[in-house]
Formats: sequence, structure tokens, C-alpha cells
Amino acid sequence: MTNFTMPLFSVAVPEIFVLCMACIVLLVDVFVKERFRWVTYALVQLTLVIGFLLTLQQYHDYPQPIVTFSGHYVLDKLAVLTKLFIFVVSFFAFIYANLYIKERRMSRGDYYILGLFAVLGMQVMASAYSFLTIFLGLELSTLPLYAMVAMQKDSRVAIEASMKYFVMGALASGLLLYGISIVYGATGSFEIFGMAGLLQNASSTQQAALLLALVFILAGIIFKFGAVPFHMWVPDVYTGAPTTVTLFIASAPKIAAFAITMRILVEAFPALTSHWQHALIAVSILSMFGGNLLAIAQTNIKRMLAYSSIAHIGYTFLGILAGPVDPQGYSAAMFYIVTYVIVAAGAFAIISILSTHNIELDQLDDYRGLNARSPWLAFMMLLLMFSMAGVPPTVGFFAKLGLLEALVAAHYVWLAALALLFAIVGAYYYLRVVMLMYFEEPKSNLVGTHISVTPSLMAAISINGVAALILGLLPSGLIDLCRISVS
Amino acid sequence: MLHFSLLSILIWLPVIGAILALMTGGDEHANRARWIASIVAIANLLLCIPLYLGFDSGSYAMQFQENHLWIRAYDIHYALGVDGISLAMIILTNFTGLLVILAGCNAIKFRIAQYMAAFLVMQGMMIGVFAATDAILFYVFWEGMLIPMYLSIGMWGSSNRSYASIKFFLYTFLGSILMLVALLYLYNQTGVFEIQKFYGLNLSLHIQKLIFFAFFFAFAVKVPMWPVHTWLPDAHTEAPSGGSVVLAALMLKLGIYGFLRFSMPIVPDACANLAWFMIILSLIAIVYIGLVAIVQTDMKKLIAYSSIAHMGFATLGCFMVYYIMKYGDTYKDAYMSLEGAVVQMISHAFGSGAMFLGVGMLADRYYNHSRMIKDYGGIANKMPVFAAFFMLFAMSNVGLPGTAGFVGEYMVILSAFEGQAWVSLIAALTLILAASYSLWMYKRVFFGPVANEHVEVMEDINWVEKTNYILLAIGVILLGIYPAPILNVLHVTVDHLLKQSLPAAMTGL
Repeated sequence: MTNFTMPLFSVAVPEIFVLCMACIVLLVDVFVKERFRWVTYALVQLTLVIGFLLTLQQYHDYPQPIVTFSGHYVLDKLAVLTKLFIFVVSFFAFIYANLYIKERRMSRGDYYILGLFAVLGMQVMASAYSFLTIFLGLELSTLPLYAMVAMQKDSRVAIEASMKYFVMGALASGLLLYGISIVYGATGSFEIFGMAGLLQNASSTQQAALLLALVFILAGIIFKFGAVPFHMWVPDVYTGAPTTVTLFIASAPKIAAFAITMRILVEAFPALTSHWQHALIAVSILSMFGGNLLAIAQTNIKRMLAYSSIAHIGYTFLGILAGPVDPQGYSAAMFYIVTYVIVAAGAFAIISILSTHNIELDQLDDYRGLNARSPWLAFMMLLLMFSMAGVPPTVGFFAKLGLLEALVAAHYVWLAALALLFAIVGAYYYLRVVMLMYFEEPKSNLVGTHISVTPSLMAAISINGVAALILGLLPSGLIDLCRISVS
Repeated sequence: MLHFSLLSILIWLPVIGAILALMTGGDEHANRARWIASIVAIANLLLCIPLYLGFDSGSYAMQFQENHLWIRAYDIHYALGVDGISLAMIILTNFTGLLVILAGCNAIKFRIAQYMAAFLVMQGMMIGVFAATDAILFYVFWEGMLIPMYLSIGMWGSSNRSYASIKFFLYTFLGSILMLVALLYLYNQTGVFEIQKFYGLNLSLHIQKLIFFAFFFAFAVKVPMWPVHTWLPDAHTEAPSGGSVVLAALMLKLGIYGFLRFSMPIVPDACANLAWFMIILSLIAIVYIGLVAIVQTDMKKLIAYSSIAHMGFATLGCFMVYYIMKYGDTYKDAYMSLEGAVVQMISHAFGSGAMFLGVGMLADRYYNHSRMIKDYGGIANKMPVFAAFFMLFAMSNVGLPGTAGFVGEYMVILSAFEGQAWVSLIAALTLILAASYSLWMYKRVFFGPVANEHVEVMEDINWVEKTNYILLAIGVILLGIYPAPILNVLHVTVDHLLKQSLPAAMTGL
């Protein structure tokens, strides 16, 4: 550590850019008048677009992984692609938010700036290559989210959700940090690079300490993902938060969380593979079971989707746990989480679009007869629901197919069959949404009410919904990307 | 050059038609949607002519092949091709598709564009299932067709439609999902998803049996075989009559098609080993479900149960081949049995499709759309033309010589005699049972005095319905007295299929 080398700042250009822009937008927002508030929005979106382009350039410029900042930062395909996905998803999340928060008079500049800081945190997560930077990224991405949940100041449930999210999140961070400290104690290192080698020759006491650390770190990760048994915060936060915030929480952070899971479990702890594999088997079965079963009982669609997200995280873990035997499992898991995020974002977006005039349309009954009120939105929702259920030709099917293929290749045929059985349980409540939209008549107080959708919102939701179908018809490109990223 | 993409055109033309129909908007432009759908359906049927003429019936190889790499990562191909069986099924699909669209033009009064779109998509997917030679492509079409079917039952069905549509979807979804695991296992063994490559793998009997049961659930639910048939009566009764026709005429055939395409050639040893199981289930379907059909009070339910019984013949014909080879030792009879099963598949489509259409026509005319037998009576007095047509189709359902229903059943019963005489004796009971439920229903609905004032005002069928019925009648009679055009296409394919489906120990004979 004595010979200090200058870090390669050029590899961190997207992060540096986003950080600068976040500060600039913060200043600009203070000085623009209320009617020019759109400038903030435009600047934030521009930041995301440029950040995307910068990262895309890096994809071509750095074909080989680069570790820099004294081993705390990495730029490899996983980092780059994760960031690209995060930019795209966040871009859409802000488009969806624009009208929603305008109608609810949430302080609009702050919303985007906080969002931008969260994006920065996720970027750091994607590139983190030591436990310290992982923790840094995680905190940077979640702290703005706590504030965003609470932004609707006149909503009691939102405040409650924010409080819950914060307390639970802090607890999870604590667990994670505790685990990290044990790792440091046992190995004297924070860096992921070389951790695997260190663990190869670990003594039995070290092994025991690391096992303990693994338990805490896994608990932290599962907390952040929101999988059983650390899922309690998910339904409340998803339901209580303003819908566009729910959308944001449910989307981009999941991809970033996937990246750090890969770093920690696969790159740092290959020596403990059989241990975390067993833990993940239990977690994924419980999540698929609990998530899908509890979702059936819900009458609030946001809450239903929250439980469904728990189940989907369970599926994602299936890919990760099949990975050590069949490396395609990792790419399948990545494909799964990316497509799930796209689909979930679309579903929450439709809820937020329908919730015009300050009325939250988050009860399942509100979706009765949506086909009669707005055939196109109903059709988009139909595609998204079938995609979540995993019915071809939507993309959800190929996501499940990849996972199952990896599971079968890894000799977990029983787990594949089990996962599919839970998928049928899941299909029921997705179908119920379709049933309400198409087979029933609208509620009397909603008959004839006009659904006003701005052109940009309409374009975004159309792209999002149709993507669920197009990616299902032509999934090859995205599958290849995911394979490149985790190879 | 038409040959290269004829199958793709057949699959995607209806889908494009569906999009166009949807774009016409609400019911104020309903006629545009009707026209688009009819033109597309007719065009698709006409496209079958070059398909039929260009098909070389002397070869068992897949024809009109198309092959494009679809998903590189898993080596999944967009691979299409037809052999004799799928050719016949594709033509049947297009024929039925046209009937359903025409019937829908007449009978459906609201959300017409969406109705037409749903059925066009369904038609495209169904052709895809019959044409796919890649297992995942097959699966995508197989499941993709559930979505429009689910919607059509739910949106245009009768009172209990939500329940029936979800039951239908979950039942079939459950079945097909196990098939997916089996396909993935086979992929794991071979490294490809090409169905042909799955044939002739040297799998142990234990594994074969597991795969057999995975396929069994998928296909048995679709056929449907007893005891997983319970979704069918619900789906049939609640579906709009177009949906019932597609269900009966096409969707049930997918199950048999699956047995022929997957179970028998891929796991022949397990099939031979478990033939007794399939034969017993088939016989239960024929006899027990036949009895159940007799006591039905709802016309659609009655026809639904009769469909299950008739499909029992098709499965019997498929799996009886192993018994015939084992006990009768005659390849020719095994061949006849299998061909009988295929013919049964086709002929049943005409008979049951026509009867479902008929019930739909009656219900549309009745003031509360009742399907109950007791609400009708003396229809023959008010609708003589309809009654005459319906008689023909009921007779085909009974299996009267000279109608389509006779050929397949006769072939199966006759060849079964070579295997085990008792099987063919039990199967032959169907002649009594089918006559009882079909004719008794016919008597109660059509004969006698006019039952009530609602029947009194019923008018005979109009020209669209007549066109439909004339087409179907031609099909029923042609298949009954001159089945050669269809059998010619089938001969070589069925022969080849049989050779692939027999375990090595039997083919030596």
C-alpha cells in the first residue's frame, strides 16, 4: 500500500459526470422559477442520456476488465452493462414520474435530484470491487430512496412506509456491515480481487469466521432484495410509497443489487459456494412459495405486485445458485432480473398513469373493465401480466426458460419442476388482473371517466409494454448481452 | 420461391390480419373488422391449395422446411416443416378458422374487432404448433394460443365465464409446464431443440417413463383424457360457440398430435411399457364419459362429453399399436390402428364443430340464450333446413357408415380386434352409447310439437349459416365416402411414424 498510484479517473467518467451534474442541477433548481421547473427535469434526463452514451463508449473502449482506485473499483462488462440498464430504466422511471408528481405537487426538483443521486449510488454498486465501495454504493442509492418515499408529505401511509423502509434498510445495512467487518477481521482485506485466493488457503478458524460473515452478508443482501425471510418491508413500502417511487424502487436498484450479489457471492466467496448455494435454495423456495401465495390474497394491486416481486426475486436466486455448476445460470439470472424490472416498471407505470386527478387507483377493483375504458392501456397491462406469469410469446417465458435450463443442467431437475409449480400459482393472480380488465364491466363511478395520458407518457408505456412482447419474440440479443456481462 | 415461406405466411398472415382488425377500433366500424377477418381467413384457406398440391405424399420427410436461427444462446431455431399429419391438420385449422370467423360475423354483437383478432391470432398460433419442428418454437405456439383462447372464453362467454376461462388456462398451463421440463431435459441430453433429434435417443426405461409422464400430463390435459378432462365441459359450455368449435375441432387434436409427435417416437419403450395404462384410460373415456354424456341436460355439455369419448378413440388407436404388435404381431393392423386414430382426429373436427355451431345458432335465437335441452322441442317444425343439416352431423357423431365419424372408429375397432378382442368389444360399446346420447338429444330438441312460444318465433338459418353448414356437410360426407385424398397424404407419414414409435424389439418383427 506504500507505493501510491494515481487512479485511472477516465474509467470512472460516467460516475464523475453524473455526480457533477447532480450538483449542478441542484444549484440550477434553486434558481429557476416555478414555471421553468421543466428545466430541472430536462437536465436530469439529459444527464441520464449522456451518462448512457459515456458508458456505451466505455463498452467499446475497455474490452478487458480494469481494476483501479487501489482495487476498490472495477470496470468490466458486468459493471458496464448493469449501468446501461440502470440508465435506461431510470430514464423511463423519470418519464413516468413527471406528470404524477406534478399533479400531486411534490417538490419536483428534489425528486429528480434525489433520483439522480440514487442512480449514482447504483452506478457505484455496479462498479464496486471492494466491500467498502459496495457499502458506499448501497447507502448512496438507498438514502435518497428513503426520502423519495416520504415526499408525498400529506400522505400518512407514505410517511409510514418511509419510516419502515428506513429502519429496515438501516438494519440491513448494519447486518451487511457487521458481516464485512468479520471478513476484514478474518482476512485483513476488503478487496474482492484476491479474496477468492485468500480464502482458498484459509485455516479452519478463518473458515468458521467467514461462514459467520457469510450469514450476515447474505442476510443483508436478501434484505435489500426483499426476499423471504427478510421481505416484511416490501409490501408496506411498495403500497405506501407514491406509485412512481415504488416503480423506481422496484426497478433499477434490483439490477444494481444483482451486480453486488455477483461480486460478493461469485467473485469473492467461491470457496463457500456450497454453503451459499444451500442458503439460496431455501430462500428461493420460500420466496417463490410465500410471494406467490400471499399475492393471491391481496386486493390492492400495488401490494399484489410487491408480493409478486418477492416471488420473482426467488426465481432470480435460482439462476445464481445454479451458476456454480452451469455458468449460464448467472446470465439467466441476469436476464431474468433485467426483464422483470422492465415488466414491473411497466406495470407500476400503468397504475400511476391511471391514478390521475390525485386519486390513487390501486385497488384491484379499479381495474374492472379497463378494456372498455382504454383498450390500449389494457392491452399493455395484459402483455405485462402474461410476461410476469411467464407465458410465451412474452419475454417472461424466456426468462424462466433460461433459469430452468440452467437448473436442469445443474442437476436440479426437482427444483425446476418446483419452480414451475409455483409459477402456476403465480399465474392465477396475474390472470385475475386480466380477467378484471377484460371480462368485467367498469365500476359505476369510473364509467365514462376520461383517462388523460400525455403523449410522452403514452410513448413510454407503449415502448415498455411492447418491449415485453418484442423481447419475447426476439430475445436473442438481450440473452447474448447478459451472457457477455457475466462471462 | 413461394415454397420457402409458405408456412410462415400461413402462420403470420392471420396475426397481421388480427392487428389490422384491431386497428379498426370500436364497434362503430365493426363491418371493417368483419371484412378484414373474413378476407384473411379465406386467403389463408386458399393458400392451403399450393400447400396441398406442392406436398409430396410419397415422402415422409418434413417438407416446406424453413429454418432460421432464432435464439443463438440455446440453439433454438425458427424451424418449420410439414409432414402428412401436420399438413392435414393445417388444412383443417384453416378450414375451421374460416367457419369460426364467418359464424362470428353473424353471431357476435359487441367488441367485434377484438373477437376477430383473438380468433385470427389463435388460428395463426395453431398452424404454428402443427408446423413447428423445433421444440421450443412448438412450445411457444402451444402456450401462445392459450392467451387468445382465455380471452375469448372470458370476454364473449356466458354467465360463468370467468371461472371457466381461468380453470381452462391453469389446467392447460399446469400440463404444459411439465412438458417444458421434459423438453429441457432432452435438450440437456442432445444439445439441440430439434424435435427430430430427440428421436431414437438411448434413454433408460426409468428416464423414459418420467419423460412419458411429463408429456402425458401436457397432452392428456389437452385431449382431454379421463380423469384430467374436467376443464373441458366448463370451458365448452361457457365459451362462445366459435370458441367451442375451435376447442373441439382443433385444440383437442393438439393433444393427440403431441402424443404422435413427442411421446411415441421419443420414448417408445415407455409407451410400449405403459400402453395398458393408456388403453385403460381411453376405454374409460369411451364408456364412462359416453354414459356421462347421456345424462347431460345442457346441449353443449353433452357434445363436450361426447368429444372426450371420441378422443378416447384417437388415444386408443395410438397406443393400441403396441398391443397389436405384441399379441397380434401384424404390422398392417398396427398401421391401420394408428391411421384410424389420425382419421378420427380429423373427422371428429367436422362432426363436433358442426354440432357446436348448431347449438350456438339455437342459443342465439332463443330469448335467454338457453342451452338446456328441456327448453327446446319441435325445432324441426320451425327450422327444417337446420334440422336436416344437424341430423347429418349427429349421425356423423354416432358413427354412421357413410359419414366422417364412421371411418376412424371402424379402423380403430377393427385393428384392435387383432390385439386384444376385449378391447375392441368394449370400444364398440360406443356405437350404442353415441347413438343414445346423440339421437336422444336430437329427438328431444328437434322432434315433437313446438315446445313453447320462444321456439315458436325461431327462424331458419340464414345464408351465412347455410354456407357454413354446406361446407361442413361436404367435409363430413366426403370424408365418409371418399376419404382417399386425406388418406393418401397420411399413408407414408403414418407408416414412418409407426416405425419410429415402435421399440427396437418390435420393429424386428
